[in-house]
Amino acid sequence: MNRSFLRTLLWICIAGLGAFSLATIALRRGESINALWLILAALCSYAVGYRFYSKFVSTKLLLLDSSRATPAERLDNGRDFVPTNKWVVFGHHFAAIAGPGPLVGPVLAAQFGYLPGTIWIIVGAVLGGCVQDFVILLFSVRRDGKSLTEMAREEVGRVGGIVAFIAVMAIIVILLGAVALIVVNALKGSPWGTFTIAATIPIAILMGVYLRHLRPGKVLETSALGFALVLLAIFGGQWVAHSAYANWFTFSAPVLAVAIIVYGFSASALPVWLLLAPRDYLSTFVKLGTICILAVGIVALRPTLHMPALTRFIDGSGPVFAGSIFPFAFITIACGAVSGFHALISSGTTPKLIQRETETRMVGYGSMLAESSVAVMAMIAACVLDPGVYFAINAPAGVVGATPAAAAQTISSWGFPVTADQMATLARHVGEQTLFNRTGGAPAFAVGMAHIFSGSLGGTALMAIWYHFAIMFEALFILTVLDAGTRVGRFMLQDGLGHIWKPLGRTSWYPSIIVTSAVVVAMWGYFLWAGIRDPLGGINTMWPLFGISNQLLATVALCVATTIVVKSGRLKYVFVTLMPLCWLVAVTFSASYEKVFNSNPRIGFLAHAAQLSASGKAGDTARLIFNDRLDAGVTVVLVVLVVMVLVESFTEWVRVLSGRKQPLATETPFVRSKFAQEEI
Amino acid sequence: MRRLKSAWKTFLHTLREIFDENAYSRFLAHHEMTSSREAYAQYLRESNLNRERRPRCC
Repeated sequence: MNRSFLRTLLWICIAGLGAFSLATIALRRGESINALWLILAALCSYAVGYRFYSKFVSTKLLLLDSSRATPAERLDNGRDFVPTNKWVVFGHHFAAIAGPGPLVGPVLAAQFGYLPGTIWIIVGAVLGGCVQDFVILLFSVRRDGKSLTEMAREEVGRVGGIVAFIAVMAIIVILLGAVALIVVNALKGSPWGTFTIAATIPIAILMGVYLRHLRPGKVLETSALGFALVLLAIFGGQWVAHSAYANWFTFSAPVLAVAIIVYGFSASALPVWLLLAPRDYLSTFVKLGTICILAVGIVALRPTLHMPALTRFIDGSGPVFAGSIFPFAFITIACGAVSGFHALISSGTTPKLIQRETETRMVGYGSMLAESSVAVMAMIAACVLDPGVYFAINAPAGVVGATPAAAAQTISSWGFPVTADQMATLARHVGEQTLFNRTGGAPAFAVGMAHIFSGSLGGTALMAIWYHFAIMFEALFILTVLDAGTRVGRFMLQDGLGHIWKPLGRTSWYPSIIVTSAVVVAMWGYFLWAGIRDPLGGINTMWPLFGISNQLLATVALCVATTIVVKSGRLKYVFVTLMPLCWLVAVTFSASYEKVFNSNPRIGFLAHAAQLSASGKAGDTARLIFNDRLDAGVTVVLVVLVVMVLVESFTEWVRVLSGRKQPLATETPFVRSKFAQEEI
Repeated sequence: MRRLKSAWKTFLHTLREIFDENAYSRFLAHHEMTSSREAYAQYLRESNLNRERRPRCC
């Protein structure tokens, strides 16, 4: 009785502390708060969400059964299907879902202030993102590790399968265009950053050769060696930036874009062991290490947030991206709250490693909570900056003015004082020529991270090193996503084209590799090119488009999950997946409508095209108009496809509920597990 | 102390799994081979088929 009472008391204290922290970040106005309040609010909410909500989902909706053998146990082949320790699967899954998204989205959404983004990251993850990852993982485990596309085809219908396929393809293309743009914006005019990132290519190749020929199988050792070389490259970059060779590594955005396009094509055609695999290892090594360091840094240094809780830009007039708090805050932060892309991982490698059904809760729900905490840290990194500095870095020249003096004056006139001298000093401290108009989120995150660490470790003397470490860390993530994404897109295209002409489907046939790689690279390369030529910085268009497509994919995943719930007769608890589904439909459809039809040219694609058309300017105008119409077309097509999935799902629910259709069980039949029973 | 040791072991095991060292060990055991350049090349040929199709999240 005493133990139970103490446990109850402990949870009441955790819930109370969480509520108090949330109230503190929500109600304080006009004074700075400490970043620890955000951390406390997040950790307490995660603890309560995991302990109570995920347990409720496990026991009431999913009926997790530890006596049921998983595919890892039944189909164990020592290769894809391997029963694995739950902590190991947790680490594996987290390493696969954590990418640049939870770092960039919150930094961009910080233009609304720290409050909206933080609340969405916490609530969205606990009630939406974690639920999506958890249920899709469990449903895939119960279907021999089938992919989202296969489950959509079997559970929702043929249209569902095709739409999931197209949505995945679209999101890959838009994602790659958006993240490539972030790298370009972070590296333009930066010899230090460019040298460091360029150096990661020969380092990865060296790792590949070392791993294959000198120390076969010693991946951890090779990754540690690669990491040491990358650190050397960061220091080497500093030397290069101050030497006569600086010009060799100082490029404009178009030159960098061409280099990344050529790189993406080559990486897709090179053997996996030579570049993709070693860089994937290196990226994971740096990612896990940096996230831990950042977490320790924030907790140890307890920085103060200088950004207000809410800014004037909640009305939609924001300089970083245009659009009001609803729906744009909710599509800007996708990966830290709800990300459809996670459904691909939850129905990919992970379900084939799960040893017991009950472990899906920790792996699916728990990993997403960890990802969400990374997003909170990114929000903190952006909000520790002076708001004036934040806007000077993230606002495009087309909004604030092309010269430092003009930009500083515009930003100061919004009530966020900043001076050209202040920015020049900061740029000098981080080893850059300028920090104005560095849109994309990566430079602001890097400055924020450097700011946090310079508070204790080395002061401003080491700020430049921290800044370039953060840039390297983000660019390494992004180039890994670019490599892997181009390849996955290429395979998907080959699978599709193989139905039209068989040789094109042969993944080892070189003409097919070259043609399909070129098509995929051309698609994301087009978006990248359009982004760098956009006077509003490109990210204003690309990131919302990416957020919309990512969350439309989450809509498809939740449609599949809800259909399975309806068919399994657990209608009483259908709200668990239906609630986030309804929210995502509201958010993505309103955001899509706004992006296409809003009369404000900074928001609506068509209004922007009409404005350009009316201006009668020569030069690039025709191409910019075409880009706007293309973006509008892509958005409309994606929404129409998702509407088709929704209609097909809804029809299926009505048929099943009205008794016109017998719900067919697509789960693999029950087989008793040989592993020990474990209480849920 | 025993718990700490066990946690450290799990941590190392997790790293070895994330970095595919365990997958290589399983491959060697499955094929009854010892580690060598040839064995690793064969392992890469098999594992890369899966790796190539594995998306990396945003």
